[in-house]
Amino acid sequence: MAARPAPRSDERPLAVVVEDLHKRFGELEVLKGVFLEAREGDVVSMIGASGSGKSTFLRCINFLEMPTKGRIVVTGDEVALKPNRDGNLHPSDRRQLERVRTKLGMVFQSFNLWQHLTVMQNVIEAPVHVLGIPKAEAVERAGKLLHKVGLYEKRDQYPAFLSGGQQQRAAIARALAMEPKVMLFDEPTSALDPELVGEVLKVIRDLANEGRTMILVTHEMKFARDVSSHVIYLHKGVIEEEGPPQQVFGAPKSARCKQFVSGNH
Amino acid sequence: MNWTWFPEYFPLLLQGLWLTIQLLVLSMIFGMTIAVPVGLVQVTGPKWLAAIAKGYCTVMRGTPLLVQLWLLYFGLGSVFSAYPEIRQSMFWPILREGYFYAVLAFTLNTGGYSGEIMRGGFLSVPKGELEAARAYGMSPWKVLHRIWFPRAVRNVLPTLANETVLLLKATPLAATVTVLDIFGVILRVRQNTYITYEPLITAALIYMALTFLITRAFNYVEGLVPSRR
Repeated sequence: MAARPAPRSDERPLAVVVEDLHKRFGELEVLKGVFLEAREGDVVSMIGASGSGKSTFLRCINFLEMPTKGRIVVTGDEVALKPNRDGNLHPSDRRQLERVRTKLGMVFQSFNLWQHLTVMQNVIEAPVHVLGIPKAEAVERAGKLLHKVGLYEKRDQYPAFLSGGQQQRAAIARALAMEPKVMLFDEPTSALDPELVGEVLKVIRDLANEGRTMILVTHEMKFARDVSSHVIYLHKGVIEEEGPPQQVFGAPKSARCKQFVSGNH
Repeated sequence: MNWTWFPEYFPLLLQGLWLTIQLLVLSMIFGMTIAVPVGLVQVTGPKWLAAIAKGYCTVMRGTPLLVQLWLLYFGLGSVFSAYPEIRQSMFWPILREGYFYAVLAFTLNTGGYSGEIMRGGFLSVPKGELEAARAYGMSPWKVLHRIWFPRAVRNVLPTLANETVLLLKATPLAATVTVLDIFGVILRVRQNTYITYEPLITAALIYMALTFLITRAFNYVEGLVPSRR
């Protein structure tokens, strides 16, 4: 069992707090009590082998997966949960859940752009139809974001006509358009051809440098080492090692973590 | 070739054409309003609703349309006429017309077929796109009407076009319940003039032209969102 991490003395407000998160799929317990604390401006990277539970953990934060046990607090808003027949906890207040989700900008491994909408329409969809921002204003903001990710010229294209790297950059712009408090990245480069990984990592790196709060599940060890303020190494649903990147990558206490990071450079 | 009947019956043919179009459009609109929920609940549940929807589709697809039409017209129609309350109600002018039973039968029938089509359509939308919609805070209703439904419909447009064409060519059955659609007019021409061959060719050409228009319309809508496979 992972112990609660020693509180880091810090004055910055807490962006995301996850306490004692458990997730069970039938007989299989994928997460066995995981803790996470991200303050504003933190970049927390989650690393670990496939099946270690890191993606599941991320997906529990915005309740795309329902946790079996645990607490999740997003910018001071604790998501109210109640037990469901399926054995998991489900949010009991749909509106609160939807409000919390607007604060979490999710970027998926497989982009998940809406294929029936152009890049621009993808980016303004949620701001207009969830936040209620006037369309003209949303378009203007989306234009700036698309400039930022280098896709302004592709704004009227449909996703199917873009490369994987372009789709992922569009998806990042779509997430940013909600002006989320925290960005969640679920293996954002894992589905990309190797030569396209760089352009996406560059965008994410720029976001980190801006001081955005991010939680990032990744296999890109060098990248995680460069951009993270905190690294969590997950093994079989338990935090095996965590700390600043220098420690986790440079001098891990756990032998397993040492083997993992040295084998994944 | 004998076209002597044509000038006299031309106005009636136009009326028949208009009736055929009405039958098709009304049945398709009402049918789709049945098909969308019927398709959706089979994907989302709850289980008992899904079972009802499934049963409805099975019955509609498992029995001949002519039997359905006659069951409604002769069965339901005679039940209605047995009640003075109904005969004297303001709805009777509608309820006594074969037209009403034709639209009803075609609606229920295409609702069953299109319900199955929509079920496939809803299933064909990648789960990840729906997750993305939820992840940005969309309510279930918004996910449905902004993302899920438009995506599903686009995926099944070719199949819906096909169903529309099939329905068009099922509309002549309405002539068996006294509706003077195109086919009904043709039957009348034959009855009055004993000319069969030329009116039938006329009808065939009209149905072909309508089919062409339907296909073009659906192709146009499909082209609005380019896709790459």
